[in-house]
Amino acid sequence: MTGTLLAIVSAIFFPGIILRVKSIASGRKGPGLLQPWKNIILLFRKSSVFSTTTSFIFRLAPAVYLATICCALMLLPFPGMPSAFGFEGDFILFAYLLALGKLLFILGALDTGSSFEGMGANREALYSMLTEPAFFILLGTLSLLSGQLSIQGIFSHFQFAGQFSLIAGAISIYLLVQIAMIENSRMPVDDPKTHLELTMVHEVMVLDYSGVDLALIQTGTNLKFVLYGGLIANFFMPANSDWLPLTAAIQGSPFTVHLMAALLNVSIFMAVQAMFAAAIGLMESFRARKKLAKNPQFIVTLSSIALIAFILVLLLTRNLIR
Amino acid sequence: MAQYFIPAAVLLSFLILVVPGKVRYYYTLSLILFIILVTSIPAILQFLSLPVAASLKTGSAITASLQATNWIFKGDLGELRFTIDKLSSFFILVTNFTVLTGMLYSRGYLKAYEKTKNPAQFSLHYFSYAWLHLSMLAVLTLRDGLSFLIAWELMAVSSFMLILFEAEKRSTLKTAVNYLVQMHIGFVFLLIAFLITEAGTGLMSFDALPSWFSNHGNTGLFLLFFAGFGIKAGFMPFHTWLPEAHPAAPSHVSGVMSGVMIKMGIYGIFRVLTSIQSDWYSIGLVLLIVSAGTGLLGILFSTAQKDIKRILAYSTIENIGIIGLGMGLGSIGIALHNPVLTVLGFTGSLLHVLNHSLFKSLLFYGSGSVFRATHTRNIEELGGLVHSLPRTAGLFLFGSAAICALPPLNGFISEFLLYAGFFKGLGAGNEYLSILFLLIILSLTLIGGLAIFSFSRAFGISFLGNPRKDIHIQPDTVTRDMIFPQLLIVFVILGIGLMPLVFITPIAGLVESQFHPGALPEGIFPAAALSKISLFGLILVSLVTAILLLRLRLLKNREATYGPTWGCGYTDGTARQQYTGTSFAGNLSELAQPVLQNREEFRAIASEDIFPHKRSMHIQTGDIFSKGLGKLTDLSWLVLKKLARLQTGNIRHYVLYAFIFILLIFVLLYLKLI
Repeated sequence: MTGTLLAIVSAIFFPGIILRVKSIASGRKGPGLLQPWKNIILLFRKSSVFSTTTSFIFRLAPAVYLATICCALMLLPFPGMPSAFGFEGDFILFAYLLALGKLLFILGALDTGSSFEGMGANREALYSMLTEPAFFILLGTLSLLSGQLSIQGIFSHFQFAGQFSLIAGAISIYLLVQIAMIENSRMPVDDPKTHLELTMVHEVMVLDYSGVDLALIQTGTNLKFVLYGGLIANFFMPANSDWLPLTAAIQGSPFTVHLMAALLNVSIFMAVQAMFAAAIGLMESFRARKKLAKNPQFIVTLSSIALIAFILVLLLTRNLIR
Repeated sequence: MAQYFIPAAVLLSFLILVVPGKVRYYYTLSLILFIILVTSIPAILQFLSLPVAASLKTGSAITASLQATNWIFKGDLGELRFTIDKLSSFFILVTNFTVLTGMLYSRGYLKAYEKTKNPAQFSLHYFSYAWLHLSMLAVLTLRDGLSFLIAWELMAVSSFMLILFEAEKRSTLKTAVNYLVQMHIGFVFLLIAFLITEAGTGLMSFDALPSWFSNHGNTGLFLLFFAGFGIKAGFMPFHTWLPEAHPAAPSHVSGVMSGVMIKMGIYGIFRVLTSIQSDWYSIGLVLLIVSAGTGLLGILFSTAQKDIKRILAYSTIENIGIIGLGMGLGSIGIALHNPVLTVLGFTGSLLHVLNHSLFKSLLFYGSGSVFRATHTRNIEELGGLVHSLPRTAGLFLFGSAAICALPPLNGFISEFLLYAGFFKGLGAGNEYLSILFLLIILSLTLIGGLAIFSFSRAFGISFLGNPRKDIHIQPDTVTRDMIFPQLLIVFVILGIGLMPLVFITPIAGLVESQFHPGALPEGIFPAAALSKISLFGLILVSLVTAILLLRLRLLKNREATYGPTWGCGYTDGTARQQYTGTSFAGNLSELAQPVLQNREEFRAIASEDIFPHKRSMHIQTGDIFSKGLGKLTDLSWLVLKKLARLQTGNIRHYVLYAFIFILLIFVLLYLKLI
């Protein structure tokens, strides 16, 4: 639960950091770090506008979307803490929970009968279908490397200092960042700032949402970012506290050592989340958006990279070439 | 003397043809209930006798349990023996449930035909339905090759009669004949396979297979059986009958055919697998590769269809692929002496058989209700049905979520077992097996993504938005009779999704009793994982409820504004401007064009087109396998046409042929060639 709670805490600053970095990069001062959440709270207080075409699915979708992301957050591991909800194969549940949210989200967009929202729904369905293999190959690679099938197990057996872990970790972090960008419909596949409905993905799907429903969706989107950020942070947090030169130097009672290690991990977690947010802001500021028609190619490339990583791990761990 | 219920049921079934129209439905229903009662009791007893799956408890191997129930009839020609053992009892229970829901659904569905069809056609339909049920049960219980093949044939003929219900449509007639022909090709494979068994052991029976397999190479005969049963099951490339036959049949028949009849092919493959003695590795490889292709291509084709029942039919093919992947994983597990893979693979596969029979019949009944109310199955003409048919829409959405393997429903449980098996297998064999397993995981995830694509399209285009065409919708035609059986199915789906262990425990026990995977390491079966999954199901449901309640509370005292959908600056859009099924599939079809082979008939606007005029665009979806099969039949048609010259109708020529034949025999005998 520690990972879950920390992720929720980091979600408070996450969208603010992205916004601030983007503002600074474009030469503006930018709003306060809490501004995105202030907007969301404002939305929670507003009344709604509904299209007469919509049905109960339109109203159900934001709730399911947010609930699935909250459930997935529960699976977020934290080193040194026993996972309350994790189990063997929990990443399969992780991916399929997010898929359930996506299905409802797609249907909510189709429910409005707008051709633009149909377009967005269709793109979302295609991109998420193409992204999912990359995620599964990545986890297949990590589970082959660590011999574990749960998210917690994978990270606790994944020694960052190990022989092969460095390269596998680097590739994994790259892939996770890209997957997070696609799953959250950011650059390079989608641009949240775009003004043209014709080229939108995520933004066009929420066109008809307003008030509380829109607030639920935006809460979900922010939580989804820290969900992936939390996974990435686990690569940097040492699972074994003895490994740290810092804790060895303290030479206190075991309790103090554990406390120091935990504090260190918490600060690493927060730092990684902040850096992830800053990285997103920088990427969005300096990277051009891909042509829509090129997006599938880009997404499939991620799967290929993951596949290469898998074969690399096989080569290294099993001596495929003798 | 439970066995005498069988001839009683057979005799009683003939009465369907003569009972008056008013009681015909109730008579058939009570007959089917009677058959269900008689067969389910020994089947349930078989299941109860299974010791708690060893994999869930300790490492102890399975102990002997209740003997199979035998119903024997002795006659002058020999004996007819119906055996209900553990494997059959699983399939019997699956069959009975779907046949019952189909029967319940038919009452409301067939009402619309009462004016156009005469009573004899109804009698024949219900008679065939009862016989489909009887013959499926016979297929599941007969072990002797000859009687098995007769039951197999009866099943094909009775389903043929059921497809023919709307025989006045030419396309239905063509489809039904196509179906019958393809079933017979499968029959030939099975006949050859059984004859080979008889030649080797002197016994034409499933019981003779273990001794045959222990003396010969296993792959060849298995492949023969696989081809024969695979045509029924719909493995690619033998699937071409399926997307034609399912749409042509009435919806309750499609539900039963897709839900359970094609599973008879799966049963056959399982029955043969229990007798295999060696070559597990190559058999597993064949199963894995064929099934991965079947799953991927099946769901890919389904994304391009416009007919809602064709979408479902192609998705059936996909699910057969998933079932096959489980069988392949189990076989590889036996080859590697890895009990974990064996149990996970076969259990996942069998559970998926049950799951698919549930959600696919639910979806077919839903599509039947749509057809009843709108008289069309073309999703391009539908839209906005959620307002006129809210209950059907909710049920169809539920079925779609289940078939997309989304938690907390049943599809996720079986796919989870398979995923867990393949992930565990990544490090179980050599490097090449790891790569193969990773590719299988890759195809499973692609199948999952494509299923979401296909079903969000099928549901979203037909039920959501505005009606695309001005059709007269009759919501009253979807009666409570049609909703009730669907609610029954929903209940079971939720049961499996939220309490998976209740269902998995006996199935895992069944797998252990059939395949003897050996002692399992303690706690290796994901019992802990499954209870966590059901926990997550409950958390998810309560979270959704909590958020919805919060939302209601926040919106309580606020007045909502209602208006048209935001048109992005365009104010007067028409319903025809909405995204259609074809445009939804558009970007995927472009990526998959080499496989889909869609044909577009469209002329781009040329520079001389100054004035607006009527234009048209037509996209035809193809199936490369149907095309290939078409070429094959064209070729054989040519050859047969040439050979038809021999058939002169002149009796003297036929005598000559007989003479030439006898002469040939003499010559061959003399040359010691035969």
